[in-house]
Amino acid sequence: MWKWLHSYADPERAYNLSGKLLPWFAMLAIALIGIGSVWGLAFAPTDYQQGDSYRIIFIHVPAASMSMAAYMGMATSAFIGLVWQIKSADWAAAAIAPIGAVITFIALLTGATWGKPMWGTWWVWDARLTAELVLLFLYLGVIALYASFEDKVLAARAAGILAIVGVINIPIIKYSVEWWSSLHQPSTIRITGQSTMPTEMLYPLLINILGFGLMIGAITLIRFRSEVLARNSMRPWVRTLAKAQGVK
Amino acid sequence: MVEQMTKTLISAKELTCIRQERILFDELSFDISEGEIVQIEGPNGAGKTSLLRILAGLSRPYAGDVHYKNQEINHFRDEYNEDLLYIGHLAGVKSELTAEENLNFNLSISGYNDFNTQDILAKVNLTGFEEALAGHLSAGQHRRTALARLWHTSCKIWLLDEPFTAIDKKGVIELEHLFLEHAERGGCIILTTHQDMGIIGDDILRKISLEYRFV
Amino acid sequence: MKKGISFRQAFYTLLKRDLQIAIRHKGDIFNPLLFFILIVTLFPLAIGPEPQILSRIAPGIIWVAALLASMLSLERLFKADYVDGSLEQMLLSPQPLPLMVLAKVLAHWLLTGVPLILVAPLLAVLLHLDSNSYGALMATLALGTPVLSLLGAIGVALTVGLHKGGVLLSLLILPLYIPVLIFATTAIDAAGFNLPYDGHLAIIAAMLVGSLTLAPFAIGASLRVSTN
Repeated sequence: MWKWLHSYADPERAYNLSGKLLPWFAMLAIALIGIGSVWGLAFAPTDYQQGDSYRIIFIHVPAASMSMAAYMGMATSAFIGLVWQIKSADWAAAAIAPIGAVITFIALLTGATWGKPMWGTWWVWDARLTAELVLLFLYLGVIALYASFEDKVLAARAAGILAIVGVINIPIIKYSVEWWSSLHQPSTIRITGQSTMPTEMLYPLLINILGFGLMIGAITLIRFRSEVLARNSMRPWVRTLAKAQGVK
Repeated sequence: MVEQMTKTLISAKELTCIRQERILFDELSFDISEGEIVQIEGPNGAGKTSLLRILAGLSRPYAGDVHYKNQEINHFRDEYNEDLLYIGHLAGVKSELTAEENLNFNLSISGYNDFNTQDILAKVNLTGFEEALAGHLSAGQHRRTALARLWHTSCKIWLLDEPFTAIDKKGVIELEHLFLEHAERGGCIILTTHQDMGIIGDDILRKISLEYRFV
Repeated sequence: MKKGISFRQAFYTLLKRDLQIAIRHKGDIFNPLLFFILIVTLFPLAIGPEPQILSRIAPGIIWVAALLASMLSLERLFKADYVDGSLEQMLLSPQPLPLMVLAKVLAHWLLTGVPLILVAPLLAVLLHLDSNSYGALMATLALGTPVLSLLGAIGVALTVGLHKGGVLLSLLILPLYIPVLIFATTAIDAAGFNLPYDGHLAIIAAMLVGSLTLAPFAIGASLRVSTN
């Protein structure tokens, strides 16, 4: 298994592979998000309690669920980079971080806009919102650390260690925040139970979740490719590539 | 060549080092055997210190690896460290501690417990300064405090970054004698220096040259 | 030339050295402590002197101040060793790195964490903390501050090679401190209502055990990156 992994540790092969995967991810993401959003926003039935304002879940829920998944992806990638000393994996982790942060931010923003009509306030110290906020801080920490190192090879390794430390802490933070909010606010607010959702709402939601995942994958691939090029700008294969593209 | 017969201690395999988007050296390979004294030479910024740090396992090369006893050093770091003595251009001497405390700590942490700090400090001409805080010592004495460890070590590989900085002529000759002794015992010394050495001539010294590369 | 030094001896040697250096540099011990006391004094001035309000928020104030003081004092944990090259020597010594890191963190905690615990009851008096809560305050600080030191040391190890450590460090480690903060303050609250709080303590103790076993490895790996 590790032999397989190591063959893609070579930056050039990783670059080419990600180039081949990119169009598939991008096309599928556009198609799925297109279908899911049109279905969800225009055709799914109106919620009898929340009216049309519930429709923000078609953005909010995919963003929220993918914010955690992106962190997991980043930490896994960083772990591979740390243990098997594969630089490409470190770079992939560094490439995911800003995307994850934006997705987390979108989740918080849409959560707040949904909260205003539903709860009458932009922000409540609800467990999920708080955990999401902490997740955003964790992302920002990784990004800030990466930005602080001048040597980006080291930066990626340092950010990777932080991502791994963060991923061990996420369950602890999540658990403690949930426990904390249950102490301070006994059952005032409940985000609508997803399990009771009718299938006409559920399907577009699931399609959008998948679409968001693929979109994150696609943007990660783009960022990863430019990261590989930037880190290898002085290697012969990048030069030939640049020449082939007509760059002097 | 007699040296070809002896055992290889440390070998660099296709080392590539990139710093700040600049290639310092590319696919550099060499073997260093028992009894060799090797000087890494080159202009400032050519990557001498980077190479020493890679050999010590402090820095990771961009590509390639360093082998000791036919094993990659990162895979058995504790064992490699047993046989490695590295003194960088930062001396590792705490100015809040006295010369004696510094030496004591440096030797203890390297695993020795059978030394007499007074005797060792006498060998580097620091008798009478045992109780002086390292921060109050002169630059040369400070350096000697760090180098004192060389007189009490069983490490085979010595990596010394500019060991003669701030050391007077007599001190340099004493160090060179020590290097020759160490080489005879079957150790190897890899050092960088801009100073000419007195007794170790070009016939004994092996040189590895690094060039300043603009690309 | 014998090489015969046990892990215990190596640990003790490093611990002794760090304590010795700190004793010759007394400011490092007192400054974070003064910072801790000052932050706590600012709150009554900002919020007002009503004992009810103060006693309600006392656990939070003391713990947030402890968090900040711990973070601030940690900044110097590896800095001096990094600057004079001793850190490199530690990394190259045949002793296991996590062990040596643990010795350094312990020395640091003894010098900054313990004084903080000792001065806490005094500050609790200033904030009119409920008399039932004193035990819980001391217990949570005793179990919680080592966790802060261990987690914080990871962030410090990651930033030791950078010129601008300070603000970045807070961004890296304060989110990791949240669980300790939550359990510690709720334990003190619970004690104030005469409710049992051993469950909270057990969780903080679990975090201590977890960070004791895992953090030294993370710190070691971070130091290897920072000295690269």
